[in-house]
Amino acid sequence: MLEAFLSKNLVTQGFGKTDRKDAWWWEQVFTVVALTVFGLYGVYRAFENGFYEVGPYLSPFYSPNLKALFPQAFDWFQLSPAFLILWAPLGFRGTCYFYRRTYYRAIFNDPPACAVDKPKQGLLRPLADYTGETLFPFILQNFHRYFLYVALVLVAFHWVHAFQSIFWDGQIGFGVGSLIVWLDTILLTLYVFSCHSLRHLIGGKLNTFTGGIFSRIAYFKWFNQTKLNQEHWLYAWVSLFTVGLCDLYIRLVANGTITDWNTWGLDWSGVGCLH
Amino acid sequence: MMMSLGVVDREFHVFRGLPDADGEHIGEVKSFTVPVQPGWVVLDALLYLQAHNAPDLAIRWNCKAAKCGSCAAEINGLPSLMCKTRLDHMPLDKPVLVRPMRTFPLIKDLVTDVSWNYEINKRITPFTPYNDDQSTWRYFQEDADRVQEFRKCIECFLCQNSCHVIRHHRKFNHFAGPRFLVRLASLEMHPLDVADRIPFIKEEAGIGLCNITKCCTERCPEDIRITDNAIIPLKERVVDRYYDPITMLLHKIGIK
Amino acid sequence: MMSVHYETKTYDVLVIGAGGAGLRAAIEASAQGVSVALVTKSLLGKAHTVMAEGGMAAALSYVDADDCWQAHYKDTIRGGKYLSNYRMAELHAKEAPERVKELEKWGAVFDRTPDGRILQRPFGGHTYRRLAHVGDRTGLELIRTLQDKGIHCGIDVHMECTMTHLLKDGDQVAGAFGYWRESGRFILINAKAVILCTGGIGKAYKVTSNSWEYTADGQAMAMKIGAELIDMEFLQFHPTGMVCPPSVKGILVTEAVRGEGGKLTNALGERFMKNYDPERMELSTRDIVSKAIYTEVKEGRGSPNGGVFLDISHRGADYIKRKLPSMYHQFLELGDVDITKGPMEVGPTMHYTMGGVRVHPETQEVLNVTGLYAAGEVSGGLHGGNRLGGNSLSDLIVFGQRAGKHAAEFAKQQTVLPKINDEEVKGYAEELVAPFERDSKAETPYQIQADLQDLMANKVGIVREEQGLKEAIEELQVMKARAKVARVDGSRAYNPGWHLSHDIHNMILVGEVVAQAALQRTESRGGHTRLDHLEPDNEQWRFVNSTIRLNESDELEVSTYEKPQMDAALRDLFDKSDELAITQSKQKI
Repeated sequence: MLEAFLSKNLVTQGFGKTDRKDAWWWEQVFTVVALTVFGLYGVYRAFENGFYEVGPYLSPFYSPNLKALFPQAFDWFQLSPAFLILWAPLGFRGTCYFYRRTYYRAIFNDPPACAVDKPKQGLLRPLADYTGETLFPFILQNFHRYFLYVALVLVAFHWVHAFQSIFWDGQIGFGVGSLIVWLDTILLTLYVFSCHSLRHLIGGKLNTFTGGIFSRIAYFKWFNQTKLNQEHWLYAWVSLFTVGLCDLYIRLVANGTITDWNTWGLDWSGVGCLH
Repeated sequence: MMMSLGVVDREFHVFRGLPDADGEHIGEVKSFTVPVQPGWVVLDALLYLQAHNAPDLAIRWNCKAAKCGSCAAEINGLPSLMCKTRLDHMPLDKPVLVRPMRTFPLIKDLVTDVSWNYEINKRITPFTPYNDDQSTWRYFQEDADRVQEFRKCIECFLCQNSCHVIRHHRKFNHFAGPRFLVRLASLEMHPLDVADRIPFIKEEAGIGLCNITKCCTERCPEDIRITDNAIIPLKERVVDRYYDPITMLLHKIGIK
Repeated sequence: MMSVHYETKTYDVLVIGAGGAGLRAAIEASAQGVSVALVTKSLLGKAHTVMAEGGMAAALSYVDADDCWQAHYKDTIRGGKYLSNYRMAELHAKEAPERVKELEKWGAVFDRTPDGRILQRPFGGHTYRRLAHVGDRTGLELIRTLQDKGIHCGIDVHMECTMTHLLKDGDQVAGAFGYWRESGRFILINAKAVILCTGGIGKAYKVTSNSWEYTADGQAMAMKIGAELIDMEFLQFHPTGMVCPPSVKGILVTEAVRGEGGKLTNALGERFMKNYDPERMELSTRDIVSKAIYTEVKEGRGSPNGGVFLDISHRGADYIKRKLPSMYHQFLELGDVDITKGPMEVGPTMHYTMGGVRVHPETQEVLNVTGLYAAGEVSGGLHGGNRLGGNSLSDLIVFGQRAGKHAAEFAKQQTVLPKINDEEVKGYAEELVAPFERDSKAETPYQIQADLQDLMANKVGIVREEQGLKEAIEELQVMKARAKVARVDGSRAYNPGWHLSHDIHNMILVGEVVAQAALQRTESRGGHTRLDHLEPDNEQWRFVNSTIRLNESDELEVSTYEKPQMDAALRDLFDKSDELAITQSKQKI
């Protein structure tokens, strides 16, 4: 009996079929909407190639400021510098264990939610046979840690920009923009530092924390990072919103839609040009 | 939440049936009314049914205190323990639907054949300490904590039942399921254990089939952080061995 | 007539029951190189052992260096009101540390001391911190460790299989007969040796911490083929079970709550244990604490739901969640009480059967039945009049191992399998299917069990008196008759009503044994309290154990036997405070 049962093919009663009586679809709807809005905005901004720098503020989509660092290179590279940057955060988020959970559910419907049936095939479930993360392209998820290494570098740049955002003309000060840049930098840092791969690398890979000083240090790192890691999902979502918000704010100041309030008493509104 | 006071008649929809030759769940949902007392869990209501309306209603249960993991079922569509699901935490006006775990072949009514799980366990290399001289064994509570979380598992198999890799895709022959990834993690992270189960975890336990959608964690009645603490760390260990060129090289020249 | 066909399997050793004792016995027997079958009514790893919470007592001396087996021995004997079998208590105290270490060798992960060894916690009646533990789920750790060891030992595990009758060939056990729960089909296991590890009788009581399996199967089966039950009047009512809401009444609240510093108070806010055992307070033995709670409630100082208060909240939320995680969740989820913030309400719950099948103290072979062994709760002797917390888990592994070893050795000496009498087996099968043929208007066994539980609780409960016991015995006869005509609906496939229709006979029979033994012992001692004989009667009862057997005409025969003498070396361990118990022993030698 068991053999016959176990070897049967996919049993599905149809997309969304379930005995659940709660609002299981809520998370799916939220995810699809949030990712779509952010995705469309991100693509638009990457192509826009402008309004990303105003006063002491630099948009996270264009950080580090490659055009300022290597001006000659952009003589022959005509595309937006964002393309040289955005693959890294996209790769990090795309291979992130939390985002994987989220988009496998919301977009691949594999599964749509716990104990909810999935569509057999088609647009709602693009992959024919389920192979998990064992084949291309999903086998690439295993390289998450390399995206982590790049993300750590980007975080360092973010901090540089965060500090730059409170200096203007050699004068220390701050504006609403600085607050937003700092908020974004802090949440991005929390998101990157709460990474599951990092948790493995700084101590999780050890089988024992018993022993001398090095074991104690490893335990201290692992134990404290674990607390961060438990909130990884929260940082993942919030940092996504703050990145978008930060870019949007800078864009709106740069193109003159709104005015940045700041202690320097300067109005940069509209001076961030389309490069 | 306050307990509702006094006895309330509530409607229950309970699956009753027998398997066909292939173990498929054949049967129908029957309706019963049960006088529910304050504080009752679903299992109380079903035992009432057994004693009063349906003496041959098959239920698998033992401790009725969420410690043995026998009474796993699907309550209002959610894989849950019958002994831990409080009735006063559910909407009063709606009937309570109880079905057997859908992932496993049916035996009768609410009882399913979970023997597949026991077969998987047999294939796992048991605890292998680094030496036989027990008097030298020392490890701190910090190490114990990590493993003890996994050893809290009461083998209710709700994670196995919730996992879509088994539930929908029926990868019974290629995937060990969350329960046994947890067991493998408890052995791999045991401070004294030296057996190498990484190839097994990748090839036979099929950890690559897990797409970390976390239903196991959501449904675990023991609140084991299955995905974060067991599966993802194991996935990272598999990466060390099979995907990350740097750690692979280090492993080859003997540095771990 | 329904089918009475049965399949037959043959093994050297058959172990009935897959709790701690059964698994340990099977592992040991299998290590001796014989073929072993392990039969369990439930799935593997679900046995009642998982409910054990506090820990297992063993004088490892990791926490208190002064602890030693002699100290454990003395605690056990004192806790057992000097009625324990001395030899068993000695073996238990001596071998427990080795058995616990063995578990660690097989992968158990106990809580640790700061220097990385097995941590031990204090418990009622134990002089030193002695209980190796894993938070408050030690039993689960024990059973999972043995389970994971056992599946690699070549043991044939038969899950959801109930054994209903033991078979004999002459004076020797020949195997057991029963049915698969799943299909209802019959199975006979023909074996050279049989080990009973079937646990206790808790399901004869309404308020109990025991799971449904505790239906006195082993005690009843053994009696029917000539075994004696001893000390059956001694039941342990655990002082702390949940009392509210009513549906969870009886679910165990581990003694570890008191071990970790929990305080018992009555409705007046008084730490009432000072009136009962001022020295040990909450860490007194279970019989004393249970009776104290019973008295407080009876005299009107109980909590609103008929219990008393147990408060651990002063230890702080983090500590409680780490050391008592299951208790925290159990109360939060089932009782709507946050034990890190306030007290829990607790009251006595039927927990353990001290008495049981009379066995040889070293080999665990059942008296009068060659080749039959018993270990764990089903056997009697070790715990005497009252069991100390933590001694049950160590009992399982110490005597489980011994039973396994001796049963295997016995099996190896047998050159041929004992013979099975086919007619006898067919008779049992017919007896089992008979309820299907009965009047469809008759009552179901559930009703009888409910009545039995009420009766036992009211008249053979935590306190007894002559009148009540006599009434109980009479009412039990009526129940016997009712059980014989109870009806069963449906088919033989996974039919709990049918299963109960057989188990109910066992519970009634052993219920009567308890009542008879309680009636005989006209004193109060340990887990046996007679309202009409409130004091211990040392003249008459201090040196005798009760014993009950079924005679040829299926009637219970109640008597006593003089307990064995303690060796001089052991006797010298005791001091003045034990004089009363020891003096007479000395004179008698």
